[in-house]
Amino acid sequence: MNTDPVATHPDLQLITLDVNGERYDVVTEPRRTLVDVLRHELRLTGTHVGCEHGICGACTVLVDERPVRACLMFAAQAEGARIRTVESLADSDNRLSDLQRAFSEHHALQCGFCTPGFLMLAEGFLGERPEASKEEIREVVAANLCRCTGYQTIVEAIEACATARRGACVTPCIPDSPADKEH
Amino acid sequence: MSNTPLAEGKLVGKAVRRREDPRLLAGRGRFVDDVALPGMLHAQFVRSTVAHAELASMDVSAVREVPGVVAVFTAEDLELADIVAQLGRPLSEFVPTAMPVLARDKVRYVGEPIAIVVARDAYAAEDGLEAAKVSYATLPPVMSEEAAFADGAPLVHAEAAHNTLVDVSLFATEGIDRIFEAAPCVVEVDTRTGRQNALPLETRGAVAHWDDREEQLVLHTCTQIPHQVRTVASRCLRLDERAVRVVVPDMGGGFGQKCVVGREEIAAAAAALRLRRPVKWIEDRKDALSASFLAREQHYRARAAFDAEGGILALDTDVVCDMGAYSCYPFTAGIEPLMASAEMPGVYKLPAYRVRGRAVTTNKAPTGPYRGVSRPQYVMVMERLFERAARELGLDPVEIRRRNVITDFPYTGVNNITYDPGSYLESLNLCERLVKDEGWYEKQAAAAAEGRHIGIGYSCFSERTGYGSAAFAQRKMKVVPGFDISEVRMDTSGAVTFTTGTMNHGQSHETTMAQIVADELALDIAKVRLHQGDTDRITYGFGTFASRSITIGGSAVRLAAAKLGDKLRAIAASRWGVGPDEVELTEGAARRRNTQDVLPYQEIADIAYLQAHLLPKDIEPGLSVTATFDVFNDGTFSNATHACVVELHAGTGQVEILRYVCVEDCGVAINPQVVEGQCRGGIAQGIAGALFEQVTYDAQGEPSATGFMDYKVPTAHEIPDVLIHHLETPCAFTETGAKGAGEGGTIGAPAAVLNAVNDALRPTGVELDHTPITPETVHRALNGAPSLELSS
Amino acid sequence: MKPAPFQYHRARDVDGASRLLAELGDDAKVIAGGQSLVAMMNYRLARPRHLVDIGGLRELDRMHRDAEGGLRVGALTTHHTVESDPAGVLGAGFEVLRKTMTWIGHLPIRTRGTVGGSMAHGDATAEWCLLAVTLGAEFVARGPRGERVIPAGDFFLGYYTTALDPDEILVEIVFPRPAPHAALTEFAERRGDFALVAAAVDLDVEDGEVRGGRVALGGVASAAVRVPEAERVLTAGGSFEACASAAAEAVEPPADASGSTHYRKELVRTLIRRACEEAVSR
Repeated sequence: MNTDPVATHPDLQLITLDVNGERYDVVTEPRRTLVDVLRHELRLTGTHVGCEHGICGACTVLVDERPVRACLMFAAQAEGARIRTVESLADSDNRLSDLQRAFSEHHALQCGFCTPGFLMLAEGFLGERPEASKEEIREVVAANLCRCTGYQTIVEAIEACATARRGACVTPCIPDSPADKEH
Repeated sequence: MSNTPLAEGKLVGKAVRRREDPRLLAGRGRFVDDVALPGMLHAQFVRSTVAHAELASMDVSAVREVPGVVAVFTAEDLELADIVAQLGRPLSEFVPTAMPVLARDKVRYVGEPIAIVVARDAYAAEDGLEAAKVSYATLPPVMSEEAAFADGAPLVHAEAAHNTLVDVSLFATEGIDRIFEAAPCVVEVDTRTGRQNALPLETRGAVAHWDDREEQLVLHTCTQIPHQVRTVASRCLRLDERAVRVVVPDMGGGFGQKCVVGREEIAAAAAALRLRRPVKWIEDRKDALSASFLAREQHYRARAAFDAEGGILALDTDVVCDMGAYSCYPFTAGIEPLMASAEMPGVYKLPAYRVRGRAVTTNKAPTGPYRGVSRPQYVMVMERLFERAARELGLDPVEIRRRNVITDFPYTGVNNITYDPGSYLESLNLCERLVKDEGWYEKQAAAAAEGRHIGIGYSCFSERTGYGSAAFAQRKMKVVPGFDISEVRMDTSGAVTFTTGTMNHGQSHETTMAQIVADELALDIAKVRLHQGDTDRITYGFGTFASRSITIGGSAVRLAAAKLGDKLRAIAASRWGVGPDEVELTEGAARRRNTQDVLPYQEIADIAYLQAHLLPKDIEPGLSVTATFDVFNDGTFSNATHACVVELHAGTGQVEILRYVCVEDCGVAINPQVVEGQCRGGIAQGIAGALFEQVTYDAQGEPSATGFMDYKVPTAHEIPDVLIHHLETPCAFTETGAKGAGEGGTIGAPAAVLNAVNDALRPTGVELDHTPITPETVHRALNGAPSLELSS
Repeated sequence: MKPAPFQYHRARDVDGASRLLAELGDDAKVIAGGQSLVAMMNYRLARPRHLVDIGGLRELDRMHRDAEGGLRVGALTTHHTVESDPAGVLGAGFEVLRKTMTWIGHLPIRTRGTVGGSMAHGDATAEWCLLAVTLGAEFVARGPRGERVIPAGDFFLGYYTTALDPDEILVEIVFPRPAPHAALTEFAERRGDFALVAAAVDLDVEDGEVRGGRVALGGVASAAVRVPEAERVLTAGGSFEACASAAAEAVEPPADASGSTHYRKELVRTLIRRACEEAVSR
């Protein structure tokens, strides 16, 4: 068959995906990236597209509980894996998770465009390394780009959430250095 | 009502949780790429692959044959009017140039849109681009200021001789040359700043469709200036303005790049009109980096005269701004040179000033505003001049600033601007104290003893915020932004809907403006809801830029809320048969003073709408009021001092930021957490410009960056935590006492970083004056390279 | 930034994949984690007409020690698996692998990117390629003509070019002996970026004395290279400083927008010294 990109109608493919615990069947071109299928076929638009070359991290989702770039993966490659997006974080009554609440409390988002990516990055990371130190968290936060916050409050929010989850602290808002919170 | 203090114990001044957060955190925000309409098509643009050429021929017939492609349109097909930005200045000062929606006869930069391809999806649209055949009769590209001014240089626009779009000399104090001749200390700097991308993480985009029922083009687009986009769309498409509705969904940042009208959104609208189907265009990152609106590339040649005690006597500046291929709408290519010329004296008591500001056109992607607009650059130049003078005169760099900052307000400067009260000296002193208290001077000395290179740098500046019509009129803009209108409406349930003509794109308007309204009406903030970003729902507005939203928009909001409060009191008073002064608003109700008589808003609203026969004759039915606000003086100045501590690593040239301190004063902080967020984010962008980000071009005009490998946006690893300390000098003429807070971080950071690097380099005798500072430059400076070769 | 059309083939076993590759010829490309390939396809810098996905071949996702104490890393082992070493097979002898992972991109790249994919991509600055050259790895490749073992010295042929035939699949990478005194370090302007220069050393330390070692660099040539001039300094008992200088003098890195030849040579000097100091202190 002629596969010239300009002259032929590309083949379609049935792709079955497990997203946030639901099964979806999609008939689409194999060249569709996972993020495009999530957003435009499944209409899960919480996952965003920022660069399509794997650097900004706005499209970060969990594949088998590990954070990955959904722009660097074809949807076809995700068959058989469990995918989780930002839409999975709040509970069935739309109550935000502790991680989401920590982001709000620490003003870790402004325009909110990068936020789903950071949330899923942190969700996957803390799931694997609940004991992570602030420096480890900072290194992981360096995986994604945010243009609004300067990152400090994102690191603080994730650390507060991790601390609270470990039960080492009753309130999740004690900053490292009180001086940093002077008004 | 003017400027009475907001009630104590209320929401203004508190870190109220953001109204925006729940939906954005849950992935339920609605950004422009989330808009999906039945039958929607997807557009991409055939773009120029050369920097400067006549369009010899264009054959798009093969594009139509590509599977999935529905249509392709060139300039000839669409017959759109050009986008033309104007200043009210003579041709000797400003040359207007046209920006066609799609290139017609000539292309002027790599990435310029030539044709729009519309297809069933974004993949097929991109397939279509590859089938377009464009042939160019190439012209020599103009790739630098020097090349643009050269005798016999090719002209980017035939009408702009010497490739000069703007040439203004706004100030020239008489006798300034004599001051320089007689001064005991004259210092100079020659500074270039890199071309940057404002880089909202959400790229530009639009979804356009024709609504037959409303006989309206509906344009969903992420813009900071919805009404100005409507104006341009209506002119280019030759529609009545009422037949265009611009709707702005959630916006993933803008920082100025979305504060100009883009050609692509107009072209997408034109395609939607032609096809009578919704058309979506989402800019990809490659195009956003190479073909969008850029900013910041400037060249200053400045000198300053000082007396023997370090008092500044005179400043003489020539600034050239490389505006690229086109003048942006509505600001024009004058935006950067006019800002620099008008405001450069900044926080200092400067007796004599001469400035020439020029905008040059080159074959690079056009420029628009970017957070700070010229101020990051001229503050850097001013702060370099002061550092250099301090070195020459043997003064402490903080001390020389202390001797020169404005302390008596209001102060009218040599630039004819009257500065309202600020805390210039206090912020400088406090910032220095914070650095000293943390022991950085001792750490610096200890490091030096070990052969390490730690440097401490300051920048001291103010930024004009809340430009009203008067201030922008001085720039002689044809579109004079300034006022804002707010409508506040109460419904029969006692809930409030209000509007602003400003346009949130991360600044938290839904929260901060609701705080103002809730306080003014003594109403639960949950019952207060902001509407913005819809030209059919908002009477008029100039959007969000120049840190104007809280100062001007917030003032209009408070005035309108107060007006509604007056009406609520008047209705309640009429029910009790007392004067309105006998009625106060408290806890969602009107209360007769010193009594237990209360009338909940719901009951007042019931009268206003459903029992209007109960209203006295002089009170109209309904609870909808409108108020406008403008600033009739020179505006209000926020101020700050930043300090940066860096260590330079000799082995790699890496600049590591060890500490960053910001003492800022934006008057009353409506929401201190939001203000801090603005500071931190702004500082991160300033550091990015000082150390990391730059778009360069090769001799043929090919841009260096089409991805984030080459355009190095810093991460959490590079950006330090910032210690912020607030001072509060309330503004006397905004309705809330607030000054703007959006840009200061970005303005102060490059100077503080550059000064810190130069402080660390002091033992080498090398001084760096250009940004971004690369590790290689620092490495060479630390390892004995001669200073004259250090231009980066 | 949407890829050109292609046909997607999911491999069920290595032999099937290699047969399909032989059938499809130059139009086909193997995809493993895809962390480099998909980005290039999104830019349409790569436009294979057929993509053969070997991601499902779980037998290639394992890492174990062999009887001789060597480490055998399946080609589909992710960087993140090496970093987290869930089975605890690395030990002190291969700690350098675990530590090196933190230089590769960022976590969400490391969770998908694979050791074999990185090797087969053959980027001149890639950490895995540099490790392979430094530690004398062997590459096990399988194709229609059977299985063969390629030594690291013969594997990397130049910019994005390896000794793999188009129909061969890289199945395993063998690090033949422990390297307790090895280290890799690098410099990039920004965290997670491709290195301007990356340096790795594997020192032979006896009784606390450095007797010799292997020295290699990434980012100074079209592929990762050993630097015999620097190794000779170590064998002769020279200082780390002298070793680093010898390396800096020996190479002639290409200049680009990120750095001149001179600057990269200076980075070589700094990084070799750092790597030596880190390696000896292990």
